[in-house]
Amino acid sequence: MRPRRHGGPARRDLHVLPALARPGRGGGPLAADLRLRGRAGGDGAPRAPAGPRPRAGGRPAARRPQAPGGGVSGLPTSARPPAAPPLAAAPPPGPAAGAAPPPLDVARLRADFPALHQEVHGRLLVYLDNAATTQKPRAVIDAVARYYERDNANVHRGVHALSERATKAFEGARRTVARFLSADPREVIFVRGATEAVNLVAQTFGRQRVGPGDEVVVTTLEHHSNIVPWQLLCAEKGARVVPAPIDDAGDLDLAALEGLLGPRVRLLAVTQVSNALGTVTPLAEVIALARARGIPVLVDGAQGMPHLGADVGAMGADFYVWSGHKVYGPTGIGVLWGRREHLLAMPPWQGGGDMIRSVTFEKTTFNELPYKFEAGTPHIAGAIGLAAALDYLSAVGLPAVAAHEASLLAQAEEALRALPDVRLVGTPRRRAGALSFLMGDVHPHDLATIVDRQGVAIRAGHHCAQPLMKRLGVPATSRASFALYNTSADVEALVRALHAARKIFS
Amino acid sequence: MSELTDLYQEVILDHGKRPRNFGPLPDATHHAEGLNPLCGDHLDVQARVADGAIREVHFTGTGCAISRASASVMTGLVKGKRPEEVEAMFQVFHALVTEGPGAAPDLEALGKLAVFGGVHEFPTRVKCASLAWHTLRAALKGDAATSTE
Repeated sequence: MRPRRHGGPARRDLHVLPALARPGRGGGPLAADLRLRGRAGGDGAPRAPAGPRPRAGGRPAARRPQAPGGGVSGLPTSARPPAAPPLAAAPPPGPAAGAAPPPLDVARLRADFPALHQEVHGRLLVYLDNAATTQKPRAVIDAVARYYERDNANVHRGVHALSERATKAFEGARRTVARFLSADPREVIFVRGATEAVNLVAQTFGRQRVGPGDEVVVTTLEHHSNIVPWQLLCAEKGARVVPAPIDDAGDLDLAALEGLLGPRVRLLAVTQVSNALGTVTPLAEVIALARARGIPVLVDGAQGMPHLGADVGAMGADFYVWSGHKVYGPTGIGVLWGRREHLLAMPPWQGGGDMIRSVTFEKTTFNELPYKFEAGTPHIAGAIGLAAALDYLSAVGLPAVAAHEASLLAQAEEALRALPDVRLVGTPRRRAGALSFLMGDVHPHDLATIVDRQGVAIRAGHHCAQPLMKRLGVPATSRASFALYNTSADVEALVRALHAARKIFS
Repeated sequence: MSELTDLYQEVILDHGKRPRNFGPLPDATHHAEGLNPLCGDHLDVQARVADGAIREVHFTGTGCAISRASASVMTGLVKGKRPEEVEAMFQVFHALVTEGPGAAPDLEALGKLAVFGGVHEFPTRVKCASLAWHTLRAALKGDAATSTE
């Protein structure tokens, strides 16, 4: 879903959907039960301060904590992190077209994330490495713990009560993911993460389609995980990976891309958002170019999903891959969404339990979708945690999150531009999540060490995008990346830490 | 901040900004490329060895202040040393940057290397400090490339 591209309606759909009903949602009754025991049991405040509690509520849309400062549950002011500023903030510029969503009550949301409330080197943590991984809300941590504490069993096979519960919760998680993507649950394959999903597609779909002399087009913005699997495939097949160029601002060169989409191209792999620069790629245009030539498209949503979400039907891609841990979910769980006709035609990737219907030594028949691609015991707790994360995100409201992050990015950009020795690396037309920069001749690695000692976590390095670094002529950058719980004060802390670094190197 | 100033001592900042023996060594007999995949540090270390001793070491490449300073200091210290002496120096240096000054009791022997005594407080930076040394050792052994991974 590209809410900002198509305006509000698609987004509103998303939030209306879950509220209608949760038919057959596996964890439904169980979750409700747990809510009664664990949560609303009276002393909710100390242990579980506020939070949209989407899972418990089960009707995120109805409980969206949109009333600024107010109506939502009683978070005692004392539980607020000391540094949380009033998030009045300027209305988000540009991207959020249409009716602006109400501002987030970030101070209250921050209380949902236990890891944020700690000191690092004697300072309150300022976590600006969200493009690497996000912190987890209590709802996710609890969902995972609850599963292990009460429901732990293997899925799909057991006839006993725990296995039945685990299966229900796991398949319920799949439906939650499907709903978030506006997809059919049978098209939702659980994998370890975006990387595994790309490899799966390369080794099945890719192997079927790519032959000697063929081409796979990837963009210069890609993370290594959307380059290397294609190189492995092409090396095996005698095909080649063709990079699509970007301009100096870090935007895709659409005209050049179009020129590359020749008759030998078997697939186009493109990111939704650049992990290094924050560039939002014009997916609608890119996908239209490819589809007009019958070229299938894989979209890497690892960085896009947390900020823009996705409506895979509207997007028009053939595959959409992402990782749960960048969307406030656990590590080790991610999603491959693929068009049904592709998934049906693709051979299995890994062999093992759960992916078969019947096995004899002569012949094995494979299971139906999505199980055909889920060999072995899946990451059950991960899937359940991921569903809790998506419920949380739905309840907070992705448009409001996106607007909040856009306003922080704008603030950070302005603050960094005001520093005479800081240079932004990449000034894309539209940005989400992250921004990269350099300060004087201070190596990003030194910079990251110094700001870490001020309690500010940023990332330095090539961000697993070495071809992009090469194109931009820099060995590495420093990157600050934002999530729903970041604040204006975080941006100010970053700037203060940069001043401290300058002092050391001056 | 005190740990930071231990890490970024004047000598390190100076060598990081103005590395000595930086640039290609035309008559090198040994060279190796060193890579720290984590942060993209990339050094090429070139050495001229004659009569069993190192006559000259130069380096090129990009890296953070710590890796450049370490390379710069190293190129000065190993001049005139035999490979086995370089190996002994490396062992002392390695103990210093991984465990701290306490693990390298003979501070006299450390000489200028003592300025890297703050590195052990920053585990993620140990590889930066040791990259040049790993690369020189690889060059002397005849390996063309090395990596901190």
